[in-house]
Amino acid sequence: MSPALDHINLSSIPRVSTPEEIKVRIEAAVPGAKLTLVRQASPCGQHSLLVDHAHAVAVARFLRDDPQLRLDHVTNMAGVDWPDAVVKTKVKKMVLKEGKEVEVEETIEALRSGYLEAVYHLYSMALKHGPVILRLRTENRSDKVSVPSLTPVWRGAEFQEREAYDLYGILFAGHPDLRRILMWDEFTDHPMRKDYVEPDDYEYEPTPHDVLVDKARRHPAAGGQA
Amino acid sequence: MDEGLRSELQKQGIFTTTLEEIYNWGRKNSVWPLGFGLACCAIEMIAASMSRWDLARFGAEVFRPSPRQADLMIVAGTVTKKMAPQVVRLYNQMPEPKYVIAMGACAISGGPFKQGYNVLKGIDRYIPVDVHIPGCPPRPEALLHAFITLQRKITEQQLTGPNRPRHLRRDAPSEFPIPEYGAHDLVPPSHPGLWRPPGLVR
Repeated sequence: MSPALDHINLSSIPRVSTPEEIKVRIEAAVPGAKLTLVRQASPCGQHSLLVDHAHAVAVARFLRDDPQLRLDHVTNMAGVDWPDAVVKTKVKKMVLKEGKEVEVEETIEALRSGYLEAVYHLYSMALKHGPVILRLRTENRSDKVSVPSLTPVWRGAEFQEREAYDLYGILFAGHPDLRRILMWDEFTDHPMRKDYVEPDDYEYEPTPHDVLVDKARRHPAAGGQA
Repeated sequence: MDEGLRSELQKQGIFTTTLEEIYNWGRKNSVWPLGFGLACCAIEMIAASMSRWDLARFGAEVFRPSPRQADLMIVAGTVTKKMAPQVVRLYNQMPEPKYVIAMGACAISGGPFKQGYNVLKGIDRYIPVDVHIPGCPPRPEALLHAFITLQRKITEQQLTGPNRPRHLRRDAPSEFPIPEYGAHDLVPPSHPGLWRPPGLVR
């Protein structure tokens, strides 16, 4: 048995649940940590915390060891690819029109350079709460694709970080054994990236749809031009 | 020999046969499969070998753990590109005469994973397949049907003449090139002498 888990009165421990409260606690415990709250607009409202590279391991260790959080379990470590994109935001503005103030909606377009993201979903088995979501971001998608590995803190992240390295090309600094896990070692691409081009290796699609209709027509086996 | 005379003799307790017939009869009733599975189709294959469907009725209950002792390779399940060289290597290690049943949608075409970057679109791109079974997964009955089809195929093989099977021909290959892991795909993506893209007019 683990040290007397049954004897802990769960209700006696003050619960820290919202990401805002967790952010405040982390900033108090890890001096210099730069955290950003990333809001999730959808109804699930699973907001996450973006952590800077220099303090990521210290923050992770605090989240694991803090008696009020004890986030001892990584259920899911996922990669996300954010390509270069034009981000449109709508801003409401008051404009003077024919002597009256009228509210006008304005769309601002901004170019966002792409990056890769490693997302950790943390739960506490001991205190039965979660998820708390951490995000680590790379600088870009081409040459600066390194983030610190959290495997030294949570051993369970090892294979999932290997998978994110394999499929997204995120390099985890400090990972004990960073090799490809699903594709073969000689493989050079990262198939889950948005700009991955898969080999054209099938000729017949019984029910082609969307982009596959064009592909099926184009293919030499279907009588088209390659 | 006249069929009527033959059945008349059989009624008298005299059985006549030819070398070809008794050779093929013996072979078709002791086809030993290689015991390996790749995905969920393998579960149906195991079910087919157990008491409810009882593959032993056809003389194929002895699943061999070594390719050196096997006559039949049942490719049961999704063949990933990472696994394909190993499957071809196992096939090459089997002694002639050897047969292949491609079981299930994945093994014959890639199945529901056809659009995936990591899945081989049918094992017939690298090794010759004798019987294809569609289905996802095929029921044990379908495997039994494929097995009976294979038995019929063995029965019809001729020992001599220009149509004799591969294992009796000196010039026919018994091993097939093992694909190598390339930077983007398997190299080559298929065996050109064995497989050609289907001509399909839309």
